[in-house]
Amino acid sequence: MIEAHDSLIVRSAGKLLIPLSQLFALYVLFFGQYGPGGGFAGGVILGTSFLLAVLVLGPQAPPCRLAHQLEHGDGVGLMIFVGVGGLCLIGGGTFLDYSNLQIPGWNDEERRSLGIVLTQIGVAADIAVTALSIVFSLGQHHSQEASHE
Amino acid sequence: MMDWFEIALVILLITTAVGVIRVKTLISAVLILACYSFLMAVVWAQLGAVDVAFVEAVVGAGLSTVLFLLTLFRARAKDTQLRRTPTPLVALLGLPLLGFVLLYAIAPLYPDGQPLRPASTHVADAYLQESYKATKTPNVVTAVLMDYRAFDTLIETGVIFTAGIACALLLRSHSE
Repeated sequence: MIEAHDSLIVRSAGKLLIPLSQLFALYVLFFGQYGPGGGFAGGVILGTSFLLAVLVLGPQAPPCRLAHQLEHGDGVGLMIFVGVGGLCLIGGGTFLDYSNLQIPGWNDEERRSLGIVLTQIGVAADIAVTALSIVFSLGQHHSQEASHE
Repeated sequence: MMDWFEIALVILLITTAVGVIRVKTLISAVLILACYSFLMAVVWAQLGAVDVAFVEAVVGAGLSTVLFLLTLFRARAKDTQLRRTPTPLVALLGLPLLGFVLLYAIAPLYPDGQPLRPASTHVADAYLQESYKATKTPNVVTAVLMDYRAFDTLIETGVIFTAGIACALLLRSHSE
């Protein structure tokens, strides 16, 4: 089902919009501490930008091989999140208490701020990969079925 | 000025909500639902919940529409048509009445604009006053989500991970 779009307008607009939306996703992700946004919205925008690349340029185009590689990273986001919690345990505190991240020279507030950034990256990675994975699951089966008919 | 905007917004919301229910094909219903989600995002932004508006616009109007459409493209053409039976009179009269009774019952539980209601007295004040000093994060929503309620967010992330794995297992098992 998923194949390259043959309209020149769509392809040109896609080539312009895909890097722009990826940049915007990173902005939303890291600006989440200072304004609206954060891990959830940033992750969805990041996943959707790869999705746009797959839908416009086709799954075999070079930029989309990265999307297929990313699919194998399912669970990495969750591991980042749990890993930050584990580092807090190693630092001598309770699970997910970021003030126990052992970084010399930093006070509690800066450590908690860093913990928020790291866990947001974890959430964003998890959601982006999951969105891609669900779409590839939906697309793959259909193409198999169509070839049988 | 703002009143006119709000009235137009409510009219559009009700129109799109009725349209989703009344329309004949599922693809039209999905597209109207995306419009509804986007209008809801505008409503959240109007109410000052910008983070919720952001997520509603991105997830509700964006990603879930794509997922719905991909699902519909997998279905056969005759399965995306709806044959609606006429609504029974009992439901037509009874459900609005039930909604009215529920609204009437819930009104005293959450009195609006009172400083001593439960939503304003529990931990909200502490978050608003201390979250910046404690976490150096100006956005209180992010500080609550990622620091004070980090366990909640961790489990939510786990739920999303599980959803992705479940979709992969269910949808890809037939293609072997």
